[in-house]
Amino acid sequence: MDFITALTIFVLAMFAGFEVITKVPPILHTPLMSGANAISGITIIGAILAAGTKYTTLSMVLGFLAVVFATINVVGGFAVTHRMLQMFQGRRRG
Amino acid sequence: MSETLTQALVNLAYVVAASLFIFGLKLLSHPRTAVRGNLLGASGMLLAIVVTLLDRHIVGFELIIAGFVIGGAIGATLAARIPMTAMPQLVALFNGFGGAASAVVAGAALIDPTLQPEVAPGVREITLQFSIATVFSGLIGAVTFWGSLVAFGKLQGLITEKPVLLPGRHAINLLLLLGSLALGALLVGAPQEFWLYWAVVAAASLLGVLLVIPIGGADMPVVISLLNSYSGLAAAATGFVLNNNALIISGSLVGAAGLILTNLMCKAMNRSLPNVLFGGVGAVVATAQEQEDIYAGKVKATSPEEVAMLLEGARRVVFVPGYGMAVAQAQYAARDLYQLLESKGIEVEFAIHPVAGRMPGHMNVLLAEVDIPYDKLKGLEESNALFPQTDVVIVVGANDVVNPMARDVNDPSNPIAGMPILEVDKAKTVVVIKRSLSPGFAGIPNPLFAADNTLMLFADAKQALTEIVAALKES
Repeated sequence: MDFITALTIFVLAMFAGFEVITKVPPILHTPLMSGANAISGITIIGAILAAGTKYTTLSMVLGFLAVVFATINVVGGFAVTHRMLQMFQGRRRG
Repeated sequence: MSETLTQALVNLAYVVAASLFIFGLKLLSHPRTAVRGNLLGASGMLLAIVVTLLDRHIVGFELIIAGFVIGGAIGATLAARIPMTAMPQLVALFNGFGGAASAVVAGAALIDPTLQPEVAPGVREITLQFSIATVFSGLIGAVTFWGSLVAFGKLQGLITEKPVLLPGRHAINLLLLLGSLALGALLVGAPQEFWLYWAVVAAASLLGVLLVIPIGGADMPVVISLLNSYSGLAAAATGFVLNNNALIISGSLVGAAGLILTNLMCKAMNRSLPNVLFGGVGAVVATAQEQEDIYAGKVKATSPEEVAMLLEGARRVVFVPGYGMAVAQAQYAARDLYQLLESKGIEVEFAIHPVAGRMPGHMNVLLAEVDIPYDKLKGLEESNALFPQTDVVIVVGANDVVNPMARDVNDPSNPIAGMPILEVDKAKTVVVIKRSLSPGFAGIPNPLFAADNTLMLFADAKQALTEIVAALKES
């Protein structure tokens, strides 16, 4: 993939993001943020590769650290978002 | 299966994962579908992780599994245990970890050729795009990590919430930014000099700390939104490093989400982003004399019993919660009063200012936790339209967001000039529950407290609400 292709994807995804997220109402802004935050943990796939290729000791240590950080981000992010959203969902009887 | 075919399938899976993220975010736009949206996002992540584990370059899984177990345990525990009032600092912390992970991955890619771009079949080397993206990943990731840690410290009360203003901080920040970019340029020229990467990260780390430390507590909604955006941009930069579409798409989605929220928060305060980031607002507090001029002889104190009597005769009551409600843990007491009033046939709503609390939507989460139906949570415009028909407004722990001084747009020294406020002063009676007349974050007195139709209930929010409930039950 050349740089321009990558940049095109980046810019188009930004527009898609703006379109989709502008419609999220203020009452859901906190879960939106923590959910988006969990998605930014996608860097975990880079972390997995770095930890798995075992090229040098340093790259292994870095890879391992990155997996830990990214997993906290992914697991914690989705879990806490789920916890919050359930609170919103369960209140329809009100 | 041939390698090209495998790679094509892996890339296809990444496209599916990215689509699941977009659909997931789309479903977040309604409370009814939001749970499903989040689960879609999580399954997209799972898919991306699983196909990555199939990568043939992976020679051992011990470190990966160990990382999953440790990170998963920490993340799950934090997510399950955290009280809703502490949500802003948790999100800040998670943002920080995301940023750190991106920076560390970029660093690892610099020394591990298997992560570098394949320029010809079987030939991998460092390209210009790779090295430039690595610099940005390290820079943004480190700023995100350290900035988030400082935000976490402020929100958790580990460091002062007040703006810490160093002399010459703008010059220092500019130097650090230019310094890290210069080190980055050197790294691009000599990618084998790995220490240069750490130098970039070190300078950016210091920059991250110094950027957030001068920002006061009430501006945290902007800071957290911006750091959220940065964590996405760091992931996208790492996507440019690894030439990976999934990272680029997801990272830019999150970058967009954070930017939208940042913009909304700034608008809700009628301030520019540079003003929030560099203005040091909140460092100046009104003098006793200024307060005396506004309050002297005009403030009327009330009692829980008197408020209960007022509420007895009301048809429409609106609560205005602020960060003080979270601090006093008064959301349960507010819920009890809400339920009691509803049972008496009184119409009750909650008016929520966009920047109330310490992160976007903070108050909504607290109120959802205590069973307030979401259709009772109203935004700025909707609430303002109905205040003139409201009998009693109860302000719980909010201050600047109901300060009528915001209408005074001609005074250049007014830090909240032009800020859209909840116009509670248009209601028949306003009850403000507050411990004292001390100014809010903006450091200015609030003429609302001295208004003819305002009654001050000087007490702890939780205790005051509980006593009002008791008084109502007795009558």
